[in-house]
Amino acid sequence: MGTLEVKPPVLAIGPLAWVRKNLFSTWYDIGLTFLAIWLLYALLKPAIEWATTEARWGVIEANLTLFMVGQYPRSQIGRVWLTIFVLAGLIGLSWGVWKNAARGFALIALSAGAAFTLIALFYQWDIWTQWLIAEAILLIFYFMGLYLPRGTLIAAVAWFLYFPFVFLVIAGSKNIAALPPVPSNLWGGLLLTLLLTVVGNFGALPLGILLALGRRSRLPVIRYFSIGYIELVRGVPLITILYTAAILLPYFLPIDMRPEQVIRAMIGLVMFEAAYQAENVRGGLQAIDRGQYEAAHALGLNGSQTTVLIILPQALRMVIPALFNSFISLFKDTSLAALIGLFEILRIARSILAQSEWLGTHREVFLFAFIIYWLFNLAFTYGNRRVEEALGVGKR
Amino acid sequence: MNISALWRDIRFLKILAQIAFIIVLALAASYLYFNVTTNLARQGLTMGYGFMRNPASFDIGESYIPYQPSDSYGRALLVGLVNTLVVSALGIVLTTVVGVLAGVARLSSNWLINRFAAAYVGLIRNTPLLLQLMFWYFGVILQLPGVRQAIELPGPIFLTQRGIYLTWAEGTAAFPAWRVYILIAFISIFVIWFALRSARKRATLPLSPWWNLAYLLIPMLIIGIGALIQPEPPLRPFRPELTGLNFRGGLRLTPEFAALLFGLVTYTGAFIAEIVRAGIQAVARGQVEAARSLGLTTGQTLRLIVFPQALRIMIPPVTSQYLNLAKNSSLAIAIGYPDLFSIAGTTHNQTGAAIEIITIMMLSYLSISLFTSLLMNIYNKRVQLVER
Repeated sequence: MGTLEVKPPVLAIGPLAWVRKNLFSTWYDIGLTFLAIWLLYALLKPAIEWATTEARWGVIEANLTLFMVGQYPRSQIGRVWLTIFVLAGLIGLSWGVWKNAARGFALIALSAGAAFTLIALFYQWDIWTQWLIAEAILLIFYFMGLYLPRGTLIAAVAWFLYFPFVFLVIAGSKNIAALPPVPSNLWGGLLLTLLLTVVGNFGALPLGILLALGRRSRLPVIRYFSIGYIELVRGVPLITILYTAAILLPYFLPIDMRPEQVIRAMIGLVMFEAAYQAENVRGGLQAIDRGQYEAAHALGLNGSQTTVLIILPQALRMVIPALFNSFISLFKDTSLAALIGLFEILRIARSILAQSEWLGTHREVFLFAFIIYWLFNLAFTYGNRRVEEALGVGKR
Repeated sequence: MNISALWRDIRFLKILAQIAFIIVLALAASYLYFNVTTNLARQGLTMGYGFMRNPASFDIGESYIPYQPSDSYGRALLVGLVNTLVVSALGIVLTTVVGVLAGVARLSSNWLINRFAAAYVGLIRNTPLLLQLMFWYFGVILQLPGVRQAIELPGPIFLTQRGIYLTWAEGTAAFPAWRVYILIAFISIFVIWFALRSARKRATLPLSPWWNLAYLLIPMLIIGIGALIQPEPPLRPFRPELTGLNFRGGLRLTPEFAALLFGLVTYTGAFIAEIVRAGIQAVARGQVEAARSLGLTTGQTLRLIVFPQALRIMIPPVTSQYLNLAKNSSLAIAIGYPDLFSIAGTTHNQTGAAIEIITIMMLSYLSISLFTSLLMNIYNKRVQLVER
């Protein structure tokens, strides 16, 4: 019996095989490929033509500072840089202290800083020095972090203090001569967007935890109150809540209390976000095994001790990804503050479009805003994934 | 029973805690009420819904129910509510189609299609809807050519900065007669259903599946008889035509409506695409392998095995996306579509009745949300696994 000769398969590997397998495997696959190529061509060709010839990108360069900080007094802009420098130091410190867990994020920050330096150098803006300083600070703190005793504790406390610090620096105070107060109606741009996001999230978390516990309470009055609040807020659009905060809030306060618009928006965002975070936390609470309650009870812990010491730490760890997702969606939702008159990125974009020399540059300005939001969301999503890995969510 | 025993009684403590909570709530409420009344008194305003009967005296760009500026505020708010409902209902239907298509494309083995869908989902989900709406409205639709240089798509569909003109259908003189035939055809379907059901109950052997053809043949017969009596077709195409400075005929979507609908559909569609993808991927691999080993084709596996199971996983998250779409339609105010929120805002500006208006608005959105989730819950119950 002669040996059966099997020829080696043609095109099993290599780029052509890849093309054949992934683009031209069946007749409808071929059709789909051509459809996709045609779609790409139809969409990209005019877009690229427009971006390279017709578009007036000068509008971005001319208004970059406005995009970043809005009407923040130009003489005080060093304060914004200060917060960036401190942030760079913190990232460097975390990298040195936590090593692998923070390395990816630090490298992203480092390359972003390098990119900003190069862009600034390319366009001959003088801010390249500041970005270079930020890079240097990051690296210096990295080496410090490597040799710092009790580094993890210091880094954790420093991160915790960072947000109050940013507020103090941005808002200023009458008592500190170096930091004269800057009224909140001058805050704007990306700065305001980020402030709203951070306040909205971290302000809502305690309220959200209380509501989640309330919803699972055995006391009917508290339970129904929590359910009512959560369902009411989740059933109406965010804009109605912001509108309520902006217009109705003064009616509910004593006559001499008239909070600034930014504060009203923050209150609205906190009230909104609390309901969503309550539902996230509730998911975590429901996932806790009964045995945990029983074990705590057997050890002689009372109800509140069980909740604070046993249940909440586990539940919160479990819902960190969900909380991160809320964080990201609140970052997008802060754009609605534009509708109640806050000069965050979107409102800044609208105000740039009203400048007489940049009439009709809607696409350029909106695309730039798109890019800002998109890049930040990429960074947040990446951070989320790293945190999930570090905590071993779904693996432990 | 002495007092100290009461303090150690857990049932008593529970009641006490609730009473304390109610008292705190009541105190807070009365404090807020006091503030509101003082503030209102100071501005010389009074609460009440009397203003709803006053003439609104502002114009509304588009309306599905008759409205003129001399109508009342109540009527104006109703117009807004109907506008919100129209764009939400249409959006929910279209976004389902877009979302399912993109979700399936996301799972395609074709690399280009797969990447295409991934880019769509990634770009849309990571940027704010409000920005997208403004981009579609100011950056795309208002930048379209004027009426005379309209872009013509097959259909014909004309894209202009004054709106989008679609070819639509128009009832002919024969339409009323046809309505009757179609109604009879529909009724016949129910009659067949009842007849077959009772036949199945009486029969000892299972009924031949060929009987199901009756569902198709009898209505067709009725329509055919109708066509013999009334040879003229019920509908004719209603094409937009350029006459003078504007298009006439066809269906016109205003730029605001078109931008809002497009923005809502593409935005929510990207979220639904991810839900569809996750739902299909969540169906156990063994199910697909078992189906293949039973000899089902790829299409049959998808249709009979994967989709019904994926549907169960997808319905709750899709419901919340539907609710989001309805709520997000309130962003219409940024591009000038007269939805409930925008008309409520105008009413508030004119009357100063902030509390009343916001209450109406919130109750309306709340009822839309509750009604939608009620419908979806009923549907959810029907498709959920009935465990034996």
